Amino acid sequence: MIRLVLRDLALAVRAGGGFGLGLAFFLIVVVLVPFAVGPETARLTAIAPGILWLGALLACLLSLDRIFALDYEDGTLDLLACAPIPLEGVAVAKALAHWLTTGLPLTLAAPVLGIFLNLPAGGFGWLVVSLALGTPALSVIGAFGAALTVGLRRGGLLLSLLVLPLYVPTLIFGAEVARRGAEGLAVQGPLLLLAGVTAGALALLPFAAAAALRINLR
Amino acid sequence: MSLWEYANPARFMGLSAKVLPVVAGLSLLCLGVGLVWGFFFTPDDYRQGATVKIIYLHVPSAMMAINAWVMMLVASLIWLIRRHHVSALAARAAAPVGMVMTLIALATGAIWGQPMWGTWWAWDPRLTSFLILFLFYLGYVALWEAIEDPDTAADLTAVLCLVGSVFAVLSRYAVNFWNQGLHQGASLSLDKEENVSDVFWLPLVVCIAGFVLLFLALVLVRTRTEIRARRLHALRLRARMG
Amino acid sequence: MPDLGKYAAEVYAAYGATFVLLAVLVALTWARAARIRRQLQQAEEERRHG
Repeated sequence: MIRLVLRDLALAVRAGGGFGLGLAFFLIVVVLVPFAVGPETARLTAIAPGILWLGALLACLLSLDRIFALDYEDGTLDLLACAPIPLEGVAVAKALAHWLTTGLPLTLAAPVLGIFLNLPAGGFGWLVVSLALGTPALSVIGAFGAALTVGLRRGGLLLSLLVLPLYVPTLIFGAEVARRGAEGLAVQGPLLLLAGVTAGALALLPFAAAAALRINLR
Repeated sequence: MSLWEYANPARFMGLSAKVLPVVAGLSLLCLGVGLVWGFFFTPDDYRQGATVKIIYLHVPSAMMAINAWVMMLVASLIWLIRRHHVSALAARAAAPVGMVMTLIALATGAIWGQPMWGTWWAWDPRLTSFLILFLFYLGYVALWEAIEDPDTAADLTAVLCLVGSVFAVLSRYAVNFWNQGLHQGASLSLDKEENVSDVFWLPLVVCIAGFVLLFLALVLVRTRTEIRARRLHALRLRARMG
Repeated sequence: MPDLGKYAAEVYAAYGATFVLLAVLVALTWARAARIRRQLQQAEEERRHG
């Protein structure tokens, strides 16, 4: 499994792997927002946590279809299915690799982009914490969606349609933590719920993803 | 004699052919009686005026929107566990009906909300969760349409239905939490129970029965169509081979 | 017609929207059912005679 993660990381970082694409997309979304809503500092401050969360979520969505599609096309996935590790493990490894190449960089980049949106000083810490807790859920839910649509030629748009409603709880709690953090309110409630959603998704969805993979490889 | 015998498509077709006219007739009767009763022979509410008449469409359709998903969940489980094709096809047949029910509930709610709340749409927890439910229906139907192989499609949509159900419930609570977080104290109460008296209640019950029967009739017709489509597909494949 | 007071437009709109949506659903269901039934009949005929 560790080998699988390392292999996916190597593939992602190599040229054409699309490693920087998510980050660039995140940057562009955040830069475009002030053009759309106007440059008033107060307004930007109010919406900064939400925009940063939404941007991170969309950037995450962008690279989901790569999780299984390439391996499906060149037959690697068939080999992995026959390998002595369970498919559930493959799903976890794939989701982990996806998080390491998108979720983690997005989390680290978010505070820098927060400066552009006049995020209050107290908000940076909770923004990073909420993204660090929430993006693993985004990756593992995305891995499930990617497993569902892996056999389809034009699965990308369908994948977004399937995954976006599943992202609702994570987005609500994650953005709530970031918002309360920015406004200096208590964050414990949404933070615990966000952690709960992530833990539940991490525990259950690899099984659903593996089931979907088995059906698609049949 | 057990329920599972109707997992045989031929038996199901035989039974449903007999049941369908009865269900369809009863649903038309109930809808006719309930809606005419509600529309013409109930008084206006002292606060809501004539808009109270919308309740006869809004409440039954909202109930069926949720019940349809529950039915899909049960049918998906039966398909995954016992591999009865009729069950998978019934789940597929129910999805568009549930989707339209969700749309009706949203539309009538918006039309009622405009004069009562002064807005078409508010990000109230209930409204929001219905919108999310609509998205779930959309994804489910789209996945069915996208996959060519019927058994793969049935399996994958069943898995999606299971996971989606968990997340739909989760979203319901998340949305509750979110809105309280935004609007502390300010609430748009949708609690209709308190001002529903018998005058409105009886025609409402008839309407609900009508919607349930209408849903049943539509699902039966659509399931029968899906079974026929499956057989047609098989016949065509055989013709091409031979 | 009952007197709907100042909310007549809303009530009619709600009933109208519902009936349109239900009519579309029933029509689509019906059309597909009829089409598939016809095609299946045709296919069965062909199999019997062909």
